[in-house]
Amino acid sequence: MQRIGVFVCWCGSNIAGTVDVHTVAEALKSEPGVVFSTDYQYMCSQAGQDIIKNAIKEHNLTGIVVCSCSPRMHEATFRKTAAAAGINPYMVEIANIREQCSWVHKDMQTGTEKAIILGKAAVAKVNLNTPLTPGESPVTKRALVIGGGIAGIQTALDIADAGFPVDIVETKPTIGGKMAQLDKTFPTLDCAACILTPKMVDVAQNENIRIFSYSEVQEIKGFVGNFDVTIKKRARFVKEEICTGCGACVEKCPMKKIPNEFNLGMDNRHAIYIPFAQAVPKVATIDPNACNMLKKGKCGICSKVCSAGAIDYTQKDEFISEKYGAIVVATGFNPISMEKFDEYAYSQSKDVITSLEFERLTNAAGPTAGKLLRPSDLKHPHTIVFVQCVGSRCAACAEKGKEYCSKICCMYTAKHAMLVRDKYPDTEVYVFYIDVRTPGKNFDEFYRRAVEEYGVKYVKGMVGKVTPEGDKLKVQASDLIANKQLHIDADLVVLAAAIEPDKSARPLATMLTASMDTNDFFTEAHPKLRPVESPTAGVFLSGACQGPKDIPETVSQASAAASKVIGLLVKDKLTGNPCVASPNELMCNGCSTCERVCPYGAITYEDKEFMMPDRSKAIRRVAQVNPAVCQGCGACTVACMSGAMDLRGFMGSQIIAEVDAICK
Amino acid sequence: MIVSYFPGCTLKTKAQDLDMYARKCAEVLGVTLEEIDNWQCCGGVFTTVNNDAVTKLSSVRALDFARSKTQPLVSVCSACHNVLKQTNHAVQTDKAFADKVNLYMGNESPYDGSTQVYHYLEMLRDLVGFDAIKEKVVNPLKGKKIAAYYGCLLLRPSGVMQMDDPENPQIFEDLIRALGAEPVIYAMRNECCGGYVTMESPEFAAKKSKAITDNAASFGADMIVTACPLCKYNLEKNGNSVPVVYFTELLAEALGVKEDTQNA
Repeated sequence: MQRIGVFVCWCGSNIAGTVDVHTVAEALKSEPGVVFSTDYQYMCSQAGQDIIKNAIKEHNLTGIVVCSCSPRMHEATFRKTAAAAGINPYMVEIANIREQCSWVHKDMQTGTEKAIILGKAAVAKVNLNTPLTPGESPVTKRALVIGGGIAGIQTALDIADAGFPVDIVETKPTIGGKMAQLDKTFPTLDCAACILTPKMVDVAQNENIRIFSYSEVQEIKGFVGNFDVTIKKRARFVKEEICTGCGACVEKCPMKKIPNEFNLGMDNRHAIYIPFAQAVPKVATIDPNACNMLKKGKCGICSKVCSAGAIDYTQKDEFISEKYGAIVVATGFNPISMEKFDEYAYSQSKDVITSLEFERLTNAAGPTAGKLLRPSDLKHPHTIVFVQCVGSRCAACAEKGKEYCSKICCMYTAKHAMLVRDKYPDTEVYVFYIDVRTPGKNFDEFYRRAVEEYGVKYVKGMVGKVTPEGDKLKVQASDLIANKQLHIDADLVVLAAAIEPDKSARPLATMLTASMDTNDFFTEAHPKLRPVESPTAGVFLSGACQGPKDIPETVSQASAAASKVIGLLVKDKLTGNPCVASPNELMCNGCSTCERVCPYGAITYEDKEFMMPDRSKAIRRVAQVNPAVCQGCGACTVACMSGAMDLRGFMGSQIIAEVDAICK
Repeated sequence: MIVSYFPGCTLKTKAQDLDMYARKCAEVLGVTLEEIDNWQCCGGVFTTVNNDAVTKLSSVRALDFARSKTQPLVSVCSACHNVLKQTNHAVQTDKAFADKVNLYMGNESPYDGSTQVYHYLEMLRDLVGFDAIKEKVVNPLKGKKIAAYYGCLLLRPSGVMQMDDPENPQIFEDLIRALGAEPVIYAMRNECCGGYVTMESPEFAAKKSKAITDNAASFGADMIVTACPLCKYNLEKNGNSVPVVYFTELLAEALGVKEDTQNA
């Protein structure tokens, strides 16, 4: 029989305000096994923990019930307290009488009754608890960063600087991400390439970093400290180690009408291409959908002109298996498709463009060599209308837009408008907005400069319709402050499209068993206190994959994620969770149901020799659980038809005892 | 398939073509349009008489007729359709309104909003299917660049009409593609033609209609199709030389029943 101590916490007035804590402590005294019961203002404080420790010693307690807040909050605290006083930490049970009781009830009597019932259930469970010992697992001292934009780059550099090897997997032929496509960065207006490309070179030159470009993550198995990852290195038909990036092949390639992704289709590239001059790795890639040699077996010019002999038309996708201790997700964002926003005529006119396209139009390395010329006729636009919040903050259009604020658009639109007025003072610039949101260091000052110094015309109101007619874009809009309709004949309309997580994020989250919100942004372990960790152990979040972010924020989060990874990789061993599934081999009938439902691949089957009732020996196929891989989700215990599978710490008998205690 | 059919006044007078071709095409497509007994005017524009239950009674009667036959209710005229669907929605969502009209109706079982209301275009898409229409086309309209004109009544209020995306509609274009022609996407296709304002301020309506036909022409349209007699009137009166045709006529031409009807 257990000797159980019950400790009821007031949590100041959080619990004591709606639960009569003395009555709860008194009522639980008479429960089976309880030999001590008390209450205290703050059980988690040093003084409160001392009450528990002293009681364990004085009353020879073998089990502890703490009636307090959610176990997510302080279960670990009270387990440590128990361990310090010499009893197994898994002999502690928490009855959540705050979040699930005092906070949701207004009436003292109801709250008290419910708290007593929850306490009784916890006591019933502790009566059946057994001491558990966690296992240990080693830590592979290598990190994987998925995504090679500024987030992934910063995370990788920081981890590598601490001395740990890092691999970056990037789907595009080069790292650099969205930042490489930008012209200038707010609020200081330094050129994006000037601050990004040196970092890309640092990545290339860092001995601790390997770049898998034009690659994707194919499979992820394992768990914190021990991930087994398969990386698919897509065939680029160029031997990366030999190619010098001289570009001779690109010049000679006859297929030169392929839309250039880097310039968002506003100009063309060749079938063999290097995305941009500062690409890392600076090697050519052949687009298999455009190359005549790969499609029809005719041409081969690039192979002839390549003095290094780097072209290899027979190259195949390569699969690389590697072990990692930690994984950082840095898959970033994309602007949403403007196809469904026909009121702005994006698909009807070349002169209605997105803000990212505008970045390329003003970038010296862009399709117009930095001259602001509109795409349809390469004329200088004299009237430009910027429309903010296209698809953002759009609860009413949830099927095509996003409910959230995309956060970066107010600032980059102010930047665009300001730069246009600075370079081309003869241009009239309108910005239509719902609100201008500029929190951030030096952000509001920046926006005010656009209005006051550069004379950008900010209009509160939205554009209702853009009608292409002749060489003009007829813009119909409302000015909400003047309460009138505006009709503007514009030459160029720039849409600040909402941003959304990259499409690769959803399948990746499934592979990682990491959670996402309804918008497919990765969820952090705690929105305030653990913002760079995913709830899945060993998986960390960097940049816009977790939510819309500008560059300064992205870099901060990237470094924070790196420091969390470093904190993990310096450990030699990790303590596991002992609350894992374990099969009763005698009851197991070898049906494989549990193996099929296990999301972590923790269950395998083994042939084992058993003594049968008639003392003969027989080989039977039975389930085995790898405790290092099992996450204790309990899916197998529910699925097992013979009742052979049980979860340590949450045995069927313990759960039933709790239910009985509640229903008594 | 048999459906209840509400033609509406204009289809019996000014817009007889719209009605005739609709019936002819439905026959080819295996749909029987069963005209509602003793139907009356739909009541005109829903929103301008918003507080008056009486003008909605004829719509409720039509809806109730379809319910008694357990048939969907189909109409061709954009304006009638708009009134029928909005009235049905009002019966479903506004209890005071439902009680009031049912009191007037004096039926044994009050009308409950359960009738499925389809515009002829929706019937083609959802009940017949554009693929099935494509198979029945004997005279594909190859090489024709056709601008669909939606106007406002087909699409709005979008939450009630639920026909298509009000900013980026597809249904008309999909039909045009099914008939073998090339749809012209132009910005003004879902703008108002001026509507009844043409009686009060012909200049204003003329401006609206002209902008629409000019925009369609600038995108290279050979022809504008519409489902609405009033839109056709405004566009023809005020627009440019691009012909404006009822979509049912276009459908009849593709299905090879246009000549037949004219001969008959």
